[in-house]
Amino acid sequence: MPAGHRRPAVLWVGTAVALLLLIGASLALGAVRLTPTAVMRALLGTGDPLAITIVRELRLPRLALAVLVGCALGSAGAALQGTLRNPLAEPYLLGVSGGAAVGAVIAIVVGVVAPGIVPLAAFAGAVAAVSLVLGLARAAGAARDPRTLLMAGVVIGAFANAIIMILLADVSPEKVRGAVWWMAGAVSDASWTRVIWLLGYVLVGMTLLVARGRVLDVLSLGEDSAASLGVDVGRATREVFLVSALLAAASVAAAGLVGFVGLVVPNLARAFGIIKHRSLILASALGGAALVVLADLLARTVRAPLELPLGAITACIGVPVFLLRLRRLR
Amino acid sequence: MSSNCALEFSEVTLAYARGAPDVVRQVSIVAQPAAITAIVGPNGSGKSSLVRGVLGLMPQHSGRILAGTVDLLRAPRRAASQLVAVMPQRESLAFPMRVRDYVALGRSPFQGMWDAIAERDAALIDGAMRRADVTGFASRRTDELSGGEWQRVRLARALAQDTPILLLDEPTTFLDIAHEMATFETLSREAAGGRTIVLVSHTLTLVARFADQIILMHDGRVAASGTPREVMHAAALEAVYGWPLVVSHDPAVGAPTLVPLRRPR
Repeated sequence: MPAGHRRPAVLWVGTAVALLLLIGASLALGAVRLTPTAVMRALLGTGDPLAITIVRELRLPRLALAVLVGCALGSAGAALQGTLRNPLAEPYLLGVSGGAAVGAVIAIVVGVVAPGIVPLAAFAGAVAAVSLVLGLARAAGAARDPRTLLMAGVVIGAFANAIIMILLADVSPEKVRGAVWWMAGAVSDASWTRVIWLLGYVLVGMTLLVARGRVLDVLSLGEDSAASLGVDVGRATREVFLVSALLAAASVAAAGLVGFVGLVVPNLARAFGIIKHRSLILASALGGAALVVLADLLARTVRAPLELPLGAITACIGVPVFLLRLRRLR
Repeated sequence: MSSNCALEFSEVTLAYARGAPDVVRQVSIVAQPAAITAIVGPNGSGKSSLVRGVLGLMPQHSGRILAGTVDLLRAPRRAASQLVAVMPQRESLAFPMRVRDYVALGRSPFQGMWDAIAERDAALIDGAMRRADVTGFASRRTDELSGGEWQRVRLARALAQDTPILLLDEPTTFLDIAHEMATFETLSREAAGGRTIVLVSHTLTLVARFADQIILMHDGRVAASGTPREVMHAAALEAVYGWPLVVSHDPAVGAPTLVPLRRPR
């Protein structure tokens, strides 16, 4: 069947069922295996105290963080691809990941130990990079041309990489390991504080993006047509860019670099015939959540007790899916 | 559709950037309601820049572009889009969509952020699709259309906007004779209904049969304007296009007809 002729309902139902199953599996599987009944009882606060601690204190916040990171990256990717009119756009391409990494690496290299400082530094770095990208695109004159934003993002990303290399040139191996581990992404040090914090960003950010669903549909027609349909292209592009970048920055701060989610999931949703951006953003959030939960489940079970880096797993799942999709596009 | 309103360019000068050469210079045009105004001229004469000017996309501008009494260069985009629907010269979708969904976007200037398509919108969308003759492929995808079909679908979107002014940049490129004629007939009917129709076109002979007013652009300025009979003179057109031409009169319909000549080897 050619791409786009599948029924969107297949994707909605399929993704929702998959997410529910994955949530169940995430709560049950791990170093200690729990039966579904034990998971239910632990959730309700009855039964074995150890099981209660494992489910409520360890697995549930970690699961919630994975869901939120997936929602943030999936919806931001869908919105960015629409504004930039480019199916290869993803939040990380726009300097967000580079900036966040610089912030985090500075914090790690300086040797701060207080919890929560690395995420804060990452967030500050991402915001700085996004401001720089927007400023660069503005200075380049053609603020309305989405390609300028994309190029500015790529350049800032490359610059950030250079800075990281310089920062890591002369530090202890443990710090290098810490930085590399952070850059590989993880939801392992989840806490309820972090979950609530990210939840705020995801709720506000996704509401702002979904509200702009029709504007995104119009933007994807190109500058002239969008202007003729009453959209201030420059302003709308900057707004969507900013909201998406903040969503990505919040997710990077909470879980490090989890790549490919924002790129693969929206493309997959489109392949199932979900085209209008309002639905696409929601479907991408749902799909992103399922993908990150699956990746985290694999990350902590494939070579247990060793934990694999989350970002590497999402890439391992994302790349083949994306290649299949590319083949179908031709 | 709101009451009749003219599209007026008053001493309009446009450039792509500060310090860049002006591509439109001191152009004054009035396109009246219930009439077809055709803007013609060689490539690079400033026709499409006028269209982009109406869309507020020319960074450097002076003069005024009025839709009725509203200054389009100063009005918010949304207010402008409720008065003027524009079919740009080119358009390629980043992501293909269903034809009807695409045409429905013509209603977006009138919809609030969370509004669904109301009954009135649906009626306007269906009517626009009928008039542009695209009802037959409402559920096809935009990337499965031929060049001519896509052109008509784009016209349908502009019609669905249901604005007093319709500005079309080369609406009949890629169309076969039947669909080209049908498009001009549709535009004639829209004009007869009171709309202000402005179109940029290269098909001078057809334009001469349908337009009430022709504006001949050359080098960013208005070289000639008036009824087809007033503007279609071989000497004037030769000077502007830089190619030998003959203007004759169609024996069947009496309209001026343009015949470009072969240059002697």
